[in-house]
Amino acid sequence: MPEFQFDSFAAFLAMGDYAIYVWPVYILFALFFVTTVLPPILGRRKIIRQLKARLDRMESDMAEQGEGN
Amino acid sequence: MWQWLYKLGSPRWFYELGERSLPWLWGATVFLLAVGVVWGLAFAPPDYQMGDNYRIIYMHVPSAGLMKGCFYMMAICSAAVLLWKITMADIVAKAIAPIGAMATLLMLASSSLWGIPTWGTWWIWDARLTSSLLQFFIYMGIIVLRSAFDSQDSAARACAVLTLVGVVNIPIIEYSVEWWNTLHQGASSLGMRDASANPPEIWIPAFFTGFGFIGLFFIGLILRSQNEILLRERRTQWVRDIVAKETAGA
Repeated sequence: MPEFQFDSFAAFLAMGDYAIYVWPVYILFALFFVTTVLPPILGRRKIIRQLKARLDRMESDMAEQGEGN
Repeated sequence: MWQWLYKLGSPRWFYELGERSLPWLWGATVFLLAVGVVWGLAFAPPDYQMGDNYRIIYMHVPSAGLMKGCFYMMAICSAAVLLWKITMADIVAKAIAPIGAMATLLMLASSSLWGIPTWGTWWIWDARLTSSLLQFFIYMGIIVLRSAFDSQDSAARACAVLTLVGVVNIPIIEYSVEWWNTLHQGASSLGMRDASANPPEIWIPAFFTGFGFIGLFFIGLILRSQNEILLRERRTQWVRDIVAKETAGA
């Protein structure tokens, strides 16, 4: 089994004095993760709202046409 | 096989396949990334030369892989767009572009942050780095080019042509470390017997993050493609049913 490689949690955060290089990469990875999934998830909600509004418009148009006849 | 490919060309079928696979993909991706990141950061042994600094590799190599893999997939889709005018191929190519661009950016950033302590510089115009930067501009060029067209068909064809031209750069990136005398090292070998190769303790976490990145890529690909399908197929009954279903009770 792999073992924890650091003597303490503080040593883990210090990354053998490479903390300022290692951690930013992993923070950027977290940003990459978020930018990959979040915009399309929010975009989907917007699209569903737009299409719903479009459907409602079409239904009301049809209803008006029905009244006209 | 051909029948399966044919079905994949149907937006509705693709959409529904995405719906079915997303829960599994999410589970597998989060698991792989969590294991890979924790293992790579905390449990893999330090490198005998670079110490803990080498832990950047668990992000650097998978993002470089995505940079190349995304573009190869875009090129295949582009060929399908130009040869057979497959709409679904254009949708997928459009969905991949931003993911590939962001992966390239992550790769470039990780290489700079790795370069400072190991090479003493965050940037150097060697063949590997320069061709990778060019790749980022190609991604951005394709994204911008698409937005320059009003017509969807013209945009699809223009982006497909640019993608097929740009794909030349991928083998250049790949072989740059062999063709030219670059500061960037060549690919390291993996192995259990070869004494100079990286041992499994080092590369097993990279497999987890690597497959995690692939999973993340497919999640992004499916989500973006589904949105595009909903927009393009908005006049069909099945999309109307989805809209009605998702807004019911709202």
